[in-house]
This record gives sequence, structure tokens and C-alpha cells, in this order.
Amino acid sequence: MTSPGTADRMIRLLALVPYLQARPDGVRLADAAADFGVPEAQLRRDLDLLWVCGLPGHGPGDLIDLAFEGDRVRVTFTAGMVRPLRLTTDEAVALTVALRTLLELPGLAEGEAVSRALAKVSAAAGHAAELAAPVAVSVDAREQALAVVREGLERGRALHLHYYVPSRDERTERTVDPMRLLLVDGHWYLEAWCRRAEGVRLFRLDRVDDVQVLDAAAAPPPQAHERDVDSGLYQPGEEAPLVRLRLARSARWVADYYPVEEVTPVGDPPGGLSVAVRTSDLAWARRLVASLGGSALVDEPAELREQVAAEARAALARYAG
Amino acid sequence: MAAKRAERLVNLVIALLGTRQYVSAAKIRATVPGYEPDDGTDRADEAFKRMFERDKAELREIGVPLETGRTSAFDTEDGYRIARGDYELPEITLTGEEAAAVGLALRLWQSAQLAGVAQSALVKLRAAGVDVDQNRGIPLQPRLDAGEPAFEPCYAAARDRRELTFDYRRPDEDTPVRRRVQPWGVVAWHGHWYLVGHDQDRQAPRVFRLSRVTGTPRATGPAGAFQPPADLDLAAVVAGQERREETLVVVRARPGTANGLRRTAVPLGPGPDGDDRLELRTTEPESLADQLAAYGADVLVEAPQRMRAAVVERLTRLAALGEPAGQPAGQRAGQRP
Repeated sequence: MTSPGTADRMIRLLALVPYLQARPDGVRLADAAADFGVPEAQLRRDLDLLWVCGLPGHGPGDLIDLAFEGDRVRVTFTAGMVRPLRLTTDEAVALTVALRTLLELPGLAEGEAVSRALAKVSAAAGHAAELAAPVAVSVDAREQALAVVREGLERGRALHLHYYVPSRDERTERTVDPMRLLLVDGHWYLEAWCRRAEGVRLFRLDRVDDVQVLDAAAAPPPQAHERDVDSGLYQPGEEAPLVRLRLARSARWVADYYPVEEVTPVGDPPGGLSVAVRTSDLAWARRLVASLGGSALVDEPAELREQVAAEARAALARYAG
Repeated sequence: MAAKRAERLVNLVIALLGTRQYVSAAKIRATVPGYEPDDGTDRADEAFKRMFERDKAELREIGVPLETGRTSAFDTEDGYRIARGDYELPEITLTGEEAAAVGLALRLWQSAQLAGVAQSALVKLRAAGVDVDQNRGIPLQPRLDAGEPAFEPCYAAARDRRELTFDYRRPDEDTPVRRRVQPWGVVAWHGHWYLVGHDQDRQAPRVFRLSRVTGTPRATGPAGAFQPPADLDLAAVVAGQERREETLVVVRARPGTANGLRRTAVPLGPGPDGDDRLELRTTEPESLADQLAAYGADVLVEAPQRMRAAVVERLTRLAALGEPAGQPAGQRAGQRP
């Protein structure tokens, strides 16, 4: 992989003339800048630079020639730069792996179009695409729910969901106004305005038991904002109480899978890890601790420890009876 | 990059693309603007050489196929050229639907390490005349684990098929252990990055989570040192998809409870005490035992005996959590949820 910045500009400079050559009617500068992912001012600097480049001799007929008309630009002499540079191995990998991943998600795109695009891109990449891909992305498929949610988003319709809430072990029904699809940590989420909860909620698609597109238009209210998912999906408030656990060696993986703070090694249990989880949902914490079957000790709150133990005693009584 | 240098490099590419002959360094110096002119001094010659070496390296770095050779036996030194057929991206025409698929697919990388090369691939396709509109279509945001410093060295070593050495800390070990691996590839699975390869010391395929690699992995030895297995499916290796035996489990659940189990269970009708009898299937009995124990008194395991015992064992340890003096330390192997 080339370092960004220096290489990026060269790749752009070598691509710009062919880009204009492929669009003989000219292109709006703003559109070209968007296509190259740079500000318009940068694109202008690039064009200014190319304008003084050309074939050896550098006479008037040798230089790249551009015609500016209003806010549009087109190329009138290419100096032989008619095609973009071929794809590098890394670029071919990025393209083919992304298309193969999409192929696994028939709910999200027309499978045939993806296959054809993959075949054409592979052919154009040549030997760069022949290599066994050194990278792969595996995501949850969820074909049916994905297809229905996609339809709701495309047509701008509300959705009716049967949704399982694991922290309360509850099956719920609700009508939502879909906002967008997220793929985070390998799981698909629908971000939507929930009319029942009157708030923006994330619905993990593998917990959707049934979903239907309604005739009603999707109308998330103005206060429905997309959340910033860059720092994780769940951002418990600062004021959410802390649950302190001591993880036995066999349960240390919990620290890798959940958002934990204050991670400190401890000697009791041997090789253990003390962690703190911020959550206002004690039912969730109870399930987590119970599902760890005794490999996590509860330091705080005492209430949680007692609840888990009392539940276990009640269950044992059934087995004894 | 300095505009002067960018300008010189573009001129160099145009000059070498425009000829079938190999062009000598001296001719390049004389005809491509921006190089130190020949004034007869060694100093100027040295400056030109350094500049030209850097330029060649830069062009090769971004994938320009710069060839070295001699056009005729009378040439006294090597010259340079760029074969148009090797340089240019072949014709590619995508329908609107196909271009939309490419746009959607490349959004996969928008937060990940390949974002830069995905963007340059897109630039090249657009320059080839393909119109890819990434703003069309459904609102979708994929997020892959981006802050994984081990990704790049692992990816590069797998691409170049070079052996890789790194320190690796398993969550159940206290200190990192040095590993020597033939890297087959990196794979995002359940949103986390893993390295899959052949562990040279253990002589077996192994999976490593990149976040547990400590320090920077080092590639050693020549490129092309090994071949990954034919029909390799990286994700399948991480998922451990060798078919495991399925266990059948029958439980009794109080009416209205255990909704999570009911989503996949086969109902067997009512039990003796008004409970619902459910049949469950699992290939991961330890993980199901964790789940069943977490349902507490709402769920009672009927059969098999092994599952009953596993759940009772967990419940016994959980019941002891409430005892003030001695919380027990779990000894069993932890299972992922």
C-alpha cells in the first residue's frame, strides 16, 4: 500500500486527463472534484499543473490543452494520456473482495448485477485479480430481513417489526420509520424512529422475527438524529451506574467483547481481570453474569450479586424437587 | 508533494508513454523539464542521478510499469520506457446497475484500512469512463474495525506470501508468546479482524485475533515462500466450520418465558406441570448450557443427563456468588456468547 498524500496526488493527476477524455461534453468542476474526492480548489490546482505538462519539446502543440467554459472543463489535447493507470494489486483486492462480500448479501443488491460487475472488474484488473485474495470480509447474511428493510428504505415506507429484546427476553411488535442500515461488528442494524418508544432505536436484524413494509410513508420526526457509531454502538451515559466484575482467567475474553473500563489484573481469582461496565440496564448485567456460570464474580452492586444467586438457588430447587 | 516534482513526474510518464524505444537517462535529462541541467560538473550529475532514482521509485510505487532495457545492441547503456499495453487499464464498461453495485460494495471499506486503495480504484474506474454514483441507493453505513495496527503488516505479508513473526497474547495467558506463521490472509469475522495461517512451530493452521498481537509483526524471508491451500475459505477457518455433532436437548419452560429459546425451538406440547416442552438443537453444548443456566428457574433441562449436569454445575457456582465469604472462582473454559 502506498502512503496517502504524495501517491494520491500522482494517481489523481494521471487519471484526470483520461477522465475528461471519457467525457467529451465536459464536466462541471464541482462534479469532477466530487468524483475525485477532493475540494474544488484542489482540483483547480491539479488542472493548472496539468496544463503546463506535455510531450517532450513542450511547444504549443505538445502541451495538454484544456477548455474552460463557465463552470465546466473539457480536454482538447491529451498528450497521449488517454487511459487511466491499471489497477494495483491492492486496488484489485479492495474491489473484488468488496464485490464478493456483496454477493453474499443477496438481500442488499441484485446478485446478477454484482456477479457481472465482479467478472468485468476482474477481467480489467488482469493478473492483479488472479491472486487468491489475502483478505476476506464475512458478514451476517440475513437475506429476508435485509431485503424487506432495503425495500422500506428505498420506497420510503414505514415498517412493522416483530423484534426480540434479549436483555428482557421479550418479543415485541412495533411500527418504525426506517432511517438507515448499519453494519457494525459483523451485524446488521436498522436505525429507525420507533413510534412506540418515541425515540431512535437500533434493531439488530438477527433479532427481527418478522418484518413487513407498510403503506404508510416513513416519517422520522425532526428530532430523530443518526447516531455517531464510530466510537461503538452503545454509549451509556456518564451517569449510568458501574457494574464491577472480576473475571476468572477463562472469562477474560469478556473484556474483548464488551465495552469495559478500568481493566486491572487481579490475583484473586488467579490470573483474573477486574473490569467495570457502565450500564443502566441491570437485567442485561444479570443475564451476562448468569451466562458466565460463576466465572465472573460481582463486586458491585451487591444487589446484582444477590439477584443472580437467588435466581440460581430457585433454579436448583427445581432440579432437587 | 511539491508541485514541481509532480509536474516533472507527469512529464516523465508522458514522455516514456509516447515512445516505443528505450530512452536513455541522458535524453530524459535533456528533454523532460525540471531535471538538473548538464553543466559538465559532477555536482550537477550527482543531483540529477539522485532526483531520477527517487522519481523512478515513486512511479514504481504507484504501479507504473517502468521498464529498463536497450533498444539495439549498439546502445551503450540501459534506457527506460513504459509499454502502453502494460500501463493502461483495459476497456471496462459497466451498466448503471453494475456501477451501482461497485459503488455500494466499495462503501464496505469506508472506515477500514483499505479505504485509501478503494478510493484510488474508484478514481481509476471513473477515469475509464464508468460513472459510479455513491450517493445514490439506500442509506447504508458499514463499519469495520479500523484501528488495528497489525492489519497492514499482516495483510502485506499474506499478499506477498512472506513468513511473519509476531508476539501474541491469548486472553487466558499472562505473557505474549512469539509465533512464526505462514500468513494465508486476514479476515473480518463478526466485525473483528483475524489472521489465518499455518503456525510453523505448531505445524497446524491457526487463527489469531489481530487485537491480541502485541508490537509490530515482522515479515521475514523471500516473497512467494509458500502457497495457501487450494480452495481456502478464510472465513470458514475462523468460524471453525468443520461440522460438529449436533446435540438434541429437551427443556421445560414456564409459559411466557424463555422467548429467546422459543425463537428456534420445536414445541413438543405441554409438560406435566403446565410447562411447555421444547426441543433444542446445538453444535455448541457448552454455550447452550451457559444460556440455559442464565434462564434460572424459568427453564428446566429434561434431557440429556449431561446437559442437566452441566447446567446444575453452573447454577451451583452462581448460587455461591451470594455467599459473603467465598465467591467461587470459575475453573471451566469460557465460551463466547
